[in-house]
Amino acid sequence: MADDQSYDLTRFKATYFEECAELLAAAEETLTRLQEGGASADDLNAVFRCVHSIKGGGGAFAFEDLVHFAHVFETSMDALRSGRAELTPHVADILVRGNDVLGDFVRAAQEETALPADHGADVKAQLASILTGGTPAPAPKPAAAAPPAPAPAKTGFATWTIRLTPAPGLLKTGNDPLLMVRELAGLGDMDVAVDASRLPALAEMDALAAYLAWTFTLVTDKGRAAIEEVFEFVAGDSADVVIEQLGDAVLAEEGDGWGLFAPMPPAADAVAAPVQAAAAPTAGAHPPGAKPAGGEAGAGGIHTSSIRVDLDRVDRLVNMVGELVITQAMLGQQASGFSIESHPELVQGLQELSHHTRELQESVMAIRAQPVKALFSRAPRLVRDLSTKLGKQARLVMSGEGTEVDKTVIEQLSDPLTHLIRNSLDHGIESPEERMANGKPAEGTIHLGAEHRSGRVIIQVSDDGKGIDRKRVLEKAIEKGLVDRGAQMTDEQIDQMIFAPGFSTAAQVSDVSGRGVGMDVVRRNIQDVGGRVVVQSTPGQGSRFILSLPLTLAVMDGMLVAVGNERYVLPLTNIVESLRPTAQQARTLVNVGDVLTLRGDYIRLIRLYDLFGIKNAITDSTRGLVVVVETEGGDRIGLLVDELLGQQQVVIKSLDSNYRPVEGISAATILGDGRVALILDVGALRIMGERLNRAQVEAAAAAQAAE
Amino acid sequence: MGKCVLAVDDSKTMRDMVSFTLRGAGYTVVEADNGVTALKALQAAAKVDVIITDVNMPEMDGITLVRKIRAQPQHAGTPVLILTTESDQSKKDEGRSAGATGWIVKPFSPDKLLQIVAKVCP
Repeated sequence: MADDQSYDLTRFKATYFEECAELLAAAEETLTRLQEGGASADDLNAVFRCVHSIKGGGGAFAFEDLVHFAHVFETSMDALRSGRAELTPHVADILVRGNDVLGDFVRAAQEETALPADHGADVKAQLASILTGGTPAPAPKPAAAAPPAPAPAKTGFATWTIRLTPAPGLLKTGNDPLLMVRELAGLGDMDVAVDASRLPALAEMDALAAYLAWTFTLVTDKGRAAIEEVFEFVAGDSADVVIEQLGDAVLAEEGDGWGLFAPMPPAADAVAAPVQAAAAPTAGAHPPGAKPAGGEAGAGGIHTSSIRVDLDRVDRLVNMVGELVITQAMLGQQASGFSIESHPELVQGLQELSHHTRELQESVMAIRAQPVKALFSRAPRLVRDLSTKLGKQARLVMSGEGTEVDKTVIEQLSDPLTHLIRNSLDHGIESPEERMANGKPAEGTIHLGAEHRSGRVIIQVSDDGKGIDRKRVLEKAIEKGLVDRGAQMTDEQIDQMIFAPGFSTAAQVSDVSGRGVGMDVVRRNIQDVGGRVVVQSTPGQGSRFILSLPLTLAVMDGMLVAVGNERYVLPLTNIVESLRPTAQQARTLVNVGDVLTLRGDYIRLIRLYDLFGIKNAITDSTRGLVVVVETEGGDRIGLLVDELLGQQQVVIKSLDSNYRPVEGISAATILGDGRVALILDVGALRIMGERLNRAQVEAAAAAQAAE
Repeated sequence: MGKCVLAVDDSKTMRDMVSFTLRGAGYTVVEADNGVTALKALQAAAKVDVIITDVNMPEMDGITLVRKIRAQPQHAGTPVLILTTESDQSKKDEGRSAGATGWIVKPFSPDKLLQIVAKVCP
């Protein structure tokens, strides 16, 4: 028998906590549905199982407080799923709180911190009160009444066989075997076998004589004394009673937390052997491919639909694939001089390599991708809780929950999204009275949506509230010294001011939307994962926060462009078209700056050489190339470059972590020839370009004025 | 030839614990995360000497699993142990009537697990 001194539970803890996080989230999602009144038996079962699993694992690690709470929770869930208690909205609320407290316990266990002794006592009492019909008992008494023993109880269950053979005169002594049978059955779970072998022919039968004998198999935790007590008055004189505990000395260790329902047949091996022999051909008869062939090949396989892999391993894989992509690009470049005629195999091989590398990369990325559902699942609850708290009416509409995005992005997005929803409820949605006065429905709507657009994930939080009060925002910005008084700002620019550090328009700091550390932190969090956030607002009609996030953080398709001696990468997904404008198309408008007329539309033209101060670049737009790009917000701008060098996959190397954030640049990459190229951030370029143009326009105006 | 144990539990933590303990003692362990996958595993594996199953699982619970296993002639004699919790007396009874061989209360110590497995599968 293995010595378990070396049995270290900590190795399982990580799995357990990971599992707990999933279970808690799943329970929360289901409970939210229950709150909304969409309960099904499956839902109740699912929540029960979540709590049950958390409790089960918690017991293994002896997290007593956690187990204690989970037990009460589990008991209530059990009552609900079996219909012994009714699921009312009030009960659903209690369950949601129960899940929160359970989460507290899990976190405390994970962080090895101690919670106050009475943590969650009120919720525990409420949970327990579900059993008694939902009258919330303030005292935690009912909870205390049903504490589970965290350690196996001292008296455990054992299986007994009891053979009762009454003397023929038993009935005449006033004893009734039926009563004994009933009493015995009351001790536990019992099977009865009747021995009717002593039964005489009917003609010879004495109605008052006992002919039958019984063999009882009883599973009970009551022990021998309790069984003997049943036969107290009959044993010996009026009946032959044999009481045996099943199994040998080891089995006799009752209360050890395990037991057998019946004695193992001594010839178990002999019986099992032919059975297995018979089973073997059956297994072998399965179509090939159902399992690997070979004697014990099936053993050791894990039959689950998913496996859990440490994120570090996936990251290593992602990194390696990234390097592979670079190597492949390098090889491709080296071999670009070879024609398929002179080196058919080499060229073909390289093409295949490129193809496989791409597939490999996509597969690896898919490992990290997760639906945003996990992120959205907290929202319904948040909206409901907050609207109650704020005395507002709001409903949440969600769309695109199945949209997949990198796990890291999802994790990083949790806080910002929560904050944005809070913000919408707190600052956006008006009170029901105010809404009705403005001819809106009393109930506000918050829409949370996700979709893939131009190779990025766009997550939007919009509301039909009052929109951004630009006058107040501007006043505040001036007051805080964020903009100069008298500065000319477009509505759009004013709206974006809410993301400035330290900016908060809440006249009174509410405990809902934080203390003015909100929006700038939101923006920073989103930028950290290579995303951007903008706000669009229409006074009186609402606001829309648009989060644009990269699908993955590692690799992307880019277009390599040349500006002077510099190389830049434009994300392929941003590119709409490229063209060499005619003199009629490229114009300079007064007060606007350089524009490109394209099929009747004006597009702002940004000269990259100007923006980045590059010499030796083509300055004449009719001689260079204009790449028309689209930002996530849907705006189009034209970028003037010297030439397009070709499309390639680039591995994204963060500039922030390797250097520092640079405006207009989202990241860097290493090219096939080993040079570093910067990846352009189209959204930021648009803003920079506008600023530059305005400065030039102002300078020109100033120069004119000076003349 | 090492004995093969089929460990069925929807909780990865529990599966890990059972597997780790048994593998350490020289058993081969096949894992499944619910009754349905367990039946598939049982069909796919060349031989399974002992089945240890949780009771509360999605898709198919442990009690149903025990019944289904018992309905297969080749597994009529395969020992099946159910994992119950201290408070689950009724489950123990259900497992028993379904045809389980024995039970183990969660949480269990590695020793106890090895003890009972050795018992049902000498």
